[in-house]
Amino acid sequence: MSLVAAELESLGISTVVIQLLRPATEKVRPPRALMVPFRHGYPLGAPNDPELQRAVLRAALNLLTDQGLKPPAIVEFRQQKSEDRGQMTEDSGNMA
Amino acid sequence: MPIPEPSESNKTHSLKGGTTLGDLSEFPLKYRIFLKAYRWRRIDPVPWAPLKKPVAESRLVLVSSAGIVTSEQKPFDNSIRGGDPSIREIPSDVDVTTLIETHRSDAFDHTGIRLDPNLAFPADRLRELLAAGVIGSLNHRYLSIMGSITAPGRLIKRTIPQAAPKLVDDQVDIALLIPV
Repeated sequence: MSLVAAELESLGISTVVIQLLRPATEKVRPPRALMVPFRHGYPLGAPNDPELQRAVLRAALNLLTDQGLKPPAIVEFRQQKSEDRGQMTEDSGNMA
Repeated sequence: MPIPEPSESNKTHSLKGGTTLGDLSEFPLKYRIFLKAYRWRRIDPVPWAPLKKPVAESRLVLVSSAGIVTSEQKPFDNSIRGGDPSIREIPSDVDVTTLIETHRSDAFDHTGIRLDPNLAFPADRLRELLAAGVIGSLNHRYLSIMGSITAPGRLIKRTIPQAAPKLVDDQVDIALLIPV
């Protein structure tokens, strides 16, 4: 998916890719990636949990307007227990 | 492909505390060995297309690699060595309960997606974010590909260059890519 993201980004489409496997993400280097703390098969967290699924999507979309990010940007999603659970923390963030 | 029953160890959807996010520990040994040895393609230079307008005014396309097809579409061909590089267009107004997940990998638990396709193909969630004014518009077509493609050359050099100009013509601003 990171390779697809790069192809679309090169055509002028802003991309954000959800990622589950950090070693691969760091090696491939998509333009913008939201690392999620879920098992493979569960990219948006849990089935029939609309609130959590929306929180992950909102966090992913927030990467698109974060003026502080530079490519390749890898940002972690942190799950919260409160009402609006999406929160991002930039860790290694800009790898370059 | 048989669907594995959830075991006691994988009934929770998040990794347990103390587990490094996104590492290889969740996979069976044969996949850990394969993934450690796999030669990942490095994107260099990394392209960068800043969003030119607010998300609330932008058009979004969903790209999924969960191997999703509609009931009318030809299934992905799991016999193709290196992975089926073809693509399916899924209408964004699709009823997600009618979608069929055909991802070929047995390395992960498919139960969640089959209970709720929104878990990997969140058409309902995106419509909710549209209604809430978070997203400007949803492209009329989403894209579905097969994941776990170990030989991505045909996908990147042939399939995507054929499909991507359609998204440009559709005036898509944002691509949200979700693997499984």
